[in-house]
Amino acid sequence: MSIDRVNQLSSTCVRRRFALAPALLVLGVTLLCGTRAMASSGGEVVTTAAEPGSLLEVVLFYAVATMTIVSSVAVCMSKNIVRMALWLFMTLASVSFLYFLLAANFLASIQLVVYAGGTLVLLVFGVMLTNKSPWARYTPGKLELVGAAAVCSVLLVALWLVFLRAEWSRLPGAFAGTSVADLGRSLLSVYVVPFEVAGVLLMIVMVGAAHLARQDK
Amino acid sequence: MTQFSVPWQPRPAHPYGMASRAVIALAQSVYGFAAPIVSRFPGAILISAVIATCVGVWMHSVLFGWVDTQLIQAAVTLPDYTPPALSLLSPSTWGLTPSVIHALRVDETVAASVAGLLDYVLWPVQFWIVRDVVGLGALFGLFNVIPVYVIWWERKVAGRIQSRLGPMRVGGWHGWAQSPADGIKLILKEDLVPAGADGPLFRLAPYLTIIPSLLAFLALPFGATYVLRELDVALVFILGVLGAEVVGVILAGWASNNKWSVYGAMREACQMISYEIPMGMALLVPVICVGTLSLSGIADVQQGGWFSWIAFSNPFCFAAFVCYFIASLASLKRAPFDLPEAESELVAGFVTEYSGFRWSLFFFAEYAAMFVICAIASIVFLGGWHSPLPASWGGGLGDGLLARGLTGLLFSGPIWLMFKSVFLLYVQLWLRWTLPRIRIDQVLYSCIQVLLPLTMVLVFGATVWTWASTGHNALWSTVEAATRIILGSIGLVFIGGFIAIAGYGFYHRRRMVGNLVQDVMPGS
Repeated sequence: MSIDRVNQLSSTCVRRRFALAPALLVLGVTLLCGTRAMASSGGEVVTTAAEPGSLLEVVLFYAVATMTIVSSVAVCMSKNIVRMALWLFMTLASVSFLYFLLAANFLASIQLVVYAGGTLVLLVFGVMLTNKSPWARYTPGKLELVGAAAVCSVLLVALWLVFLRAEWSRLPGAFAGTSVADLGRSLLSVYVVPFEVAGVLLMIVMVGAAHLARQDK
Repeated sequence: MTQFSVPWQPRPAHPYGMASRAVIALAQSVYGFAAPIVSRFPGAILISAVIATCVGVWMHSVLFGWVDTQLIQAAVTLPDYTPPALSLLSPSTWGLTPSVIHALRVDETVAASVAGLLDYVLWPVQFWIVRDVVGLGALFGLFNVIPVYVIWWERKVAGRIQSRLGPMRVGGWHGWAQSPADGIKLILKEDLVPAGADGPLFRLAPYLTIIPSLLAFLALPFGATYVLRELDVALVFILGVLGAEVVGVILAGWASNNKWSVYGAMREACQMISYEIPMGMALLVPVICVGTLSLSGIADVQQGGWFSWIAFSNPFCFAAFVCYFIASLASLKRAPFDLPEAESELVAGFVTEYSGFRWSLFFFAEYAAMFVICAIASIVFLGGWHSPLPASWGGGLGDGLLARGLTGLLFSGPIWLMFKSVFLLYVQLWLRWTLPRIRIDQVLYSCIQVLLPLTMVLVFGATVWTWASTGHNALWSTVEAATRIILGSIGLVFIGGFIAIAGYGFYHRRRMVGNLVQDVMPGS
């Protein structure tokens, strides 16, 4: 890249840098409108999603859903591994925002902690540690493409069947959301067996990973 | 006019546009008007600005509360009141018109013409969007003011610890305008993108760092009613968004295409994902004891003064507070864990290639996150917005404006949360300028082999303790009370010792720190 090009780039950059400030503000305001604290008459504050069916909710839903779809397609289309990771971050963050719109605050926060904060960092970290070139590119082989297409089509058909059979109905009023306490209680009473099985599985994975990573076997 | 001979082609001078010229003229006229006054009364202006901000925020809260209780609740009980149908953007849940407001304000103590105007002034306050914009403006202001003044304060503290004065010139009184001046300089600096960098990622990374720390403020309660969005999972939400901050840092290091930056980013990633676990586990301990993830709910159980604070409720919470503070230092990349920007090895770590405005965004994010972490520590462990005096002592004050002001100052109000957070922030600065930086293997050792097992033991112990205290055993209640008194007394001794040492230092403030320590400390 020539020095002229650098100069040109940096001067356009100087002009553009304030354009991002309004974008920041818009993002903040949209996120604000996503969840809405409604004071009930008793003074108790209940967090709900934006009113169901309001224009605001619809607009937010379509905006975030578009963002999710675009960024997840971009994960598949981009060749640079770090860009892929960035698009994956965008996907995970917008899925978390969709959960916020559904008033599933706990699930949304956990999505942020586990996927956006933890797993993705681990992924990028792995890429950085293992790649020699900073411009690592990834092109899938033909066999990989066929395998991916097979898995995706099975998934698509399964989801489509579920969607067709489900009975969709609109909730009567503002949905108050599920409390974390209820979630915890059902995890430790009704769903205690799957919960514990998942825990044991994760434990086994961790022990296995520690064993594989050991220097002196 | 050739001043220097440079190996690259000089860029043609870029003439200022109309907007830039207008901004420059405005800045010059404001400076010409304000500079003489500011340099005449610098300290008084600073202090009165702080007081005016506090009063302004408080008056807003009083106004919103009054509209809630006096107008909206009265309107709901009116016989012919019908809530409005959801309109295009459903701006208001109540749909009060100025005439309804006029009918509801029964006390006609003001003149009729002013009263008519007052109806129109009160009318917008019922809309959520208006309240949100006011609240967001206040948070955005706080978000901007905190880093600017914490950086100034850090430089003053560093100066005092190293027996020098720190910034003294800009603004007059102890260099109080140093940080705003630096900010203006940073905005005007040239914004460079290295030739080999990944341009879009390089430009995006600072925003990915600053947005999470801005989002954390949305759910952070500053007082019982001073919160923008009351979330039932506020604690997890704030931890989640602060955890997402690291993505921006890693991308910044990666996109710079510079080995120092990549090393810095890798250290940050390594440190962050390791220390998030003990940090989260340390916060689980009080959550287990209280049984809620809502920050307001956690603060509510600590109304009973100093000895009811969660840090003193049982030994596990006390130890968890220490663990949380250490782990939060590491996850914020503060000294002694500031390896990602270790300037003796890595130039400036992941910010090596950044300049100007983008560079300052990283530091805004870092200092704002420091404040959020300290505020969480104060809410979860140190009583939140409740003062060391039991809130029940203020019960007889009544509900007048003055009584509410007194309650806010003495018993529970945002000022106490700010005070505690700023104290913890000071401890962070103090540690930074006192402790040497540790090595990366020591950082990871202290996380994985010390803090992680310790916090696991603490979570287990807190579970057992909570299980034991659900039995309502008389003997156990005595043990609990005794524990509170012993741990609270340890806390009192700590804070008393701190105040005594600070007072001694202030009394001898004309002496150099070095020979003062030599005279006082045994064995030196």
